[in-house]
Amino acid sequence: MKKLFIAVPLALCASVAVADELQAKVEEMMLSSFKANGIASLDRQKQDEIQQACSSPTPPDAATMQRLQAAEMAKIQWPADGNYTGGDWKEGQKIAASGRGLTWTDKTPNNNGGGCYNCHAMDPNEVSEGTIGPSLEGYAKLRGNGEEIVKYTWGKLWNSKAYHACSDMPRNGYGGILTEAQIRHVMAFLFDPASPVNQ
Amino acid sequence: MASPMRIRAAAKDGVTEVRVLMSHVMETGQRKDSAGEVIPAHFITELTAKHNDKLVLSAEFGPSVSTNPYLAFKFKGGEKGDKITVSWVDNKGDSRTDEAQIA
Amino acid sequence: MRKRIKAVAVCVGIALTAPASAQEELNFDAYREMLADGNPAELYEMEGEELWRTARGPNNATLEQCDLGLGAGVVAGAAAQLPRYFEDAGRVQDIETRLMYCMETLQGIPSKEIIDGKFLQGERAKLAALVAYVVTHSKGEKIAIDLSHPKVKEMYELGERTFYYRLGVMDFSCASCHSQDGKRIRATQLPNITTREGAAEGWGSWPAYRVSSSQFWTMQHRLWDCFRQQRAAEPIFGSDVIIALSTFMAGKGNGIEAKWPGVKR
Repeated sequence: MKKLFIAVPLALCASVAVADELQAKVEEMMLSSFKANGIASLDRQKQDEIQQACSSPTPPDAATMQRLQAAEMAKIQWPADGNYTGGDWKEGQKIAASGRGLTWTDKTPNNNGGGCYNCHAMDPNEVSEGTIGPSLEGYAKLRGNGEEIVKYTWGKLWNSKAYHACSDMPRNGYGGILTEAQIRHVMAFLFDPASPVNQ
Repeated sequence: MASPMRIRAAAKDGVTEVRVLMSHVMETGQRKDSAGEVIPAHFITELTAKHNDKLVLSAEFGPSVSTNPYLAFKFKGGEKGDKITVSWVDNKGDSRTDEAQIA
Repeated sequence: MRKRIKAVAVCVGIALTAPASAQEELNFDAYREMLADGNPAELYEMEGEELWRTARGPNNATLEQCDLGLGAGVVAGAAAQLPRYFEDAGRVQDIETRLMYCMETLQGIPSKEIIDGKFLQGERAKLAALVAYVVTHSKGEKIAIDLSHPKVKEMYELGERTFYYRLGVMDFSCASCHSQDGKRIRATQLPNITTREGAAEGWGSWPAYRVSSSQFWTMQHRLWDCFRQQRAAEPIFGSDVIIALSTFMAGKGNGIEAKWPGVKR
């Protein structure tokens, strides 16, 4: 009886040790199986805290999620002049439609697309739209353009992980995918009453 | 040298169905390479199919046909074991002839 | 009043989207069926069969003595049981690394040439033709990789971790796109690789002929382009990460029929 009692915690320790060893092997493999090519350096293979916490089928516990989200929230750059939606929706439309940029075949990290249509429906006339993210058709028509929704949308575009640590959406502003001016154009595409999104 | 075709022919109820898969770039002459140079046209212009020695199909091909063309057609007659011969010629004068037996 | 407006909006939404998406899926299937009859992958298979039997390389040897896991020269059914652990090579190999190993040991063609080469070119293109030949002889076979082998099992587990491993400027992992049913990127339908059926669909339809580019892509080529779109650094040909992901997909799809070589838009 006593023997059995001891055996259980031992077995647990062993399985934890094996799991950590596997994790170390994965991290090593994610470096040794890759090579730098063009703008895609090996730095891309190293995880930050968010990536590490969200690399399993189950998200971290609620307290961890909140702590991570608060840290990401602090990384959002808000427009200094308070200009959230004053961009050109036509430019925003182009950015939303382009999925280009930042691969090892792309020359420079400038003029990237936002790749929005890869996952979201936006302009109802666009039929080739992804379904991983929610539909954004009629975005401002449905949600209005109050301060709260405008700020939330800017923040979500800049750093989606501030609102959901394990969101599938890239951190466009924080990750240097889109510039502040580009994000303002995408904001206009979502909020401008003349934008096809709101027709 | 041109690569071989894959030819399949099957007879059923007095009709033979022939399916041919050709290996060819079928370059239209309208495309440019990464250096901006026009890629010269290179496509099949003519295709013939024979059942034993009798011509059963003659077709004109052009630049609108896809890379690695696939062609299926039927003709009346044909017995198991008969010979099917398919030939093509392209605009560069290259050609290819392959044979198959009706199954 | 407010409720009524909402209800109208929902109805319009359904009326607009339902027929379009149903039609789309129908068209995809009909299109694939149409293509499958004259799948140009067969042309690569023919080339591969010839390459298998042709004496080549510094040793002027054929590949007819290549052991794909079922004994020297046995091609039938071999692809369905790969990746597997090979004692002689001392590692788990997929179909491509195994063929590369045979090309080096039997024919004397240096693996380095393939690893440092480019897809669709030179010896790597020849390797792809050989892949077409070998998988065709496992067409309709059930995927049956041996997960009871500790080295294969470890590769499976590494592959599973890799599948969920987020990285790079966009924080993507394989799971970002391939862990839910019925999702699309743009118009492209995505298999849910966390399910048995989805894993088999992904694993068992590559290598494939891609009609839009008139190119024959192997699984390594497919995964290499997945990593490019994931915004990762470039995976090395035949490296462990590719073997691990392959073992994960194949192992997850074990027992389901493979449809290779596939045909894709």
